[in-house]
Amino acid sequence: MIEVENLTKRYGPTVAVADVSFTVQKGEILGFLGPNGAGKTTTMRVITGFLPPTDGKVRVAGYDVVDEPLEAKRRTGYLPEAPPVYPDMRVDEYLAFVARIKGLARREIKPRLDEVTEKCAIGDVRRRQIGKLSRGYRQRVGLAQALIHNPEVLVLDEPTAGLDPKQIIETRQLIKALAGQHTVVLSTHILPEAAKTCQRVVVINEGKVVAVGAPEELTRRLQGYGTVLLTVEGPAAEILDRLQRVSGVNWVEPRESSDQHVTYEIHSEKGQDVRSELARAVVESRWKLFELKSSGLSLEDIFLKLTTKDLSEEGVSSQ
Amino acid sequence: MRNVLAVAGKEMRAYFHSPIAYLVITVYTLLCGYFFYSFTAVFVVQTFRMQTMGGYGGPPPMNLNEMIMRPLLEGILTVVLLLLVPLITMRLYAEEKRSGTIELLLTSPLTDLEIILGKFLGALGLYAILVALTFGYFSVLFIYGNPNAKPLLAYALGFFLFGGALLALGMWFSTFTKNQIIAGSISLAVFLLLYVLDWGTAYSTSRWAQTLSSLALTPHFENFAKGVIDLGDVIYYLSVIGLGIFFTARSVEALKGRP
Repeated sequence: MIEVENLTKRYGPTVAVADVSFTVQKGEILGFLGPNGAGKTTTMRVITGFLPPTDGKVRVAGYDVVDEPLEAKRRTGYLPEAPPVYPDMRVDEYLAFVARIKGLARREIKPRLDEVTEKCAIGDVRRRQIGKLSRGYRQRVGLAQALIHNPEVLVLDEPTAGLDPKQIIETRQLIKALAGQHTVVLSTHILPEAAKTCQRVVVINEGKVVAVGAPEELTRRLQGYGTVLLTVEGPAAEILDRLQRVSGVNWVEPRESSDQHVTYEIHSEKGQDVRSELARAVVESRWKLFELKSSGLSLEDIFLKLTTKDLSEEGVSSQ
Repeated sequence: MRNVLAVAGKEMRAYFHSPIAYLVITVYTLLCGYFFYSFTAVFVVQTFRMQTMGGYGGPPPMNLNEMIMRPLLEGILTVVLLLLVPLITMRLYAEEKRSGTIELLLTSPLTDLEIILGKFLGALGLYAILVALTFGYFSVLFIYGNPNAKPLLAYALGFFLFGGALLALGMWFSTFTKNQIIAGSISLAVFLLLYVLDWGTAYSTSRWAQTLSSLALTPHFENFAKGVIDLGDVIYYLSVIGLGIFFTARSVEALKGRP
């Protein structure tokens, strides 16, 4: 549904997006994850036709955004980070205007307006001036305008920014309900949101794609860089020595200690599960084993790792 | 075309949702009314004086067109418009940039030209109200007197063309910045400079002065105020309007180069 091929966007000497490629399948919800300034908004602006690409191709619903912009835009609904609303218009006036410029026929406007106000729960404020609405309502009006022409593709830039927790949950549910019927790309740096709402995630940093995959898949793939936490009671120097000699262990470092026992953080080779070996080492040496657990990577950890230099250089970005 | 009308309608509504439309209309009406009154008063006094003088086979008939309508249009309103048009055009693009709604417009299935024409038409719509008010004043003359109706078409055409040129330029200036005040100030400064340019060269006969004079906006209105529709003047104003629209389009394109 959306094909981004070798997209590059330059502003003079600055490269905002460098050779980014990914596709979004019909009906999928794709998460666009990255720190601020990574190039998420720029990429979305190219997809929606606001900015022309410096290099590369972008196709939405089969239409090239540069060669056939009108066709592509007709099928796209866009909610930028700040909802593009006119403060002195009333909600219904505004939505009717958007409906018109998105190409809806006159008689379609009213029914669609009703549908979309209900879906986005803005029925109460229909006749109010947008400038007088709270942030939450304004965001919902923004979402309503993205949906009003029932586009095949929805591009949402930080759709839950500034909302309170209840509103965030409601918005998330709304977005999840849209999958299937619509193809959704949403950008966020709220990681649990990406994990919960999206089926697949593209991680972008400094204008480049750093990882692509389903959240669980990314976690699994990077699990090898995970750590094991071992809480043991016994002679410190000996423990350190013995643990380090376990095959597959990269390094051992004592973390916390309370009373007699010390918690060690153990890093292992990629893909190697050293837990059983560690347990055996402890038991054979007759030390007291209190706790042994795998400290799995949360999406936060993945995000942080992927967006710091060392890991991205090691080429985690394989698909 | 329907897109152009949709945008035009939105602009008109926006004007009336804010104080701008009311401000512009009120100020214009007051000024127009005051000067209309002045010229008419002078006319009346002169007429009496002519009548009491008698002699020479009767006084020459006083011309309402020449004594009231023409000076009003030529002398006064062109200046008033220089000051008021910036107020109309300053929000056209500046407000869209400031509130982020430019993203809505540029990501919708509209061509840039449709947006520009729509905005121009919306501004022209508000301007048309000012034209209508002016003709409202003129109609008083028709009720109480017998002015010549034939120049009216020239008056209206010139008025619209002159205004259109200012509006197109003002629209271009409003693409420069997010700040309406700055956009309005730039328009005002440029319009005043153009006006002074003409004013300064009005009494000079050098080739240089003549050329400058032919580029300025106000001289081309003279014929219209006399009731004459000169093709050269029409083309001049249409060209300025075209240039304003063209530069607006280029400016909008440049907008897309940077976020």
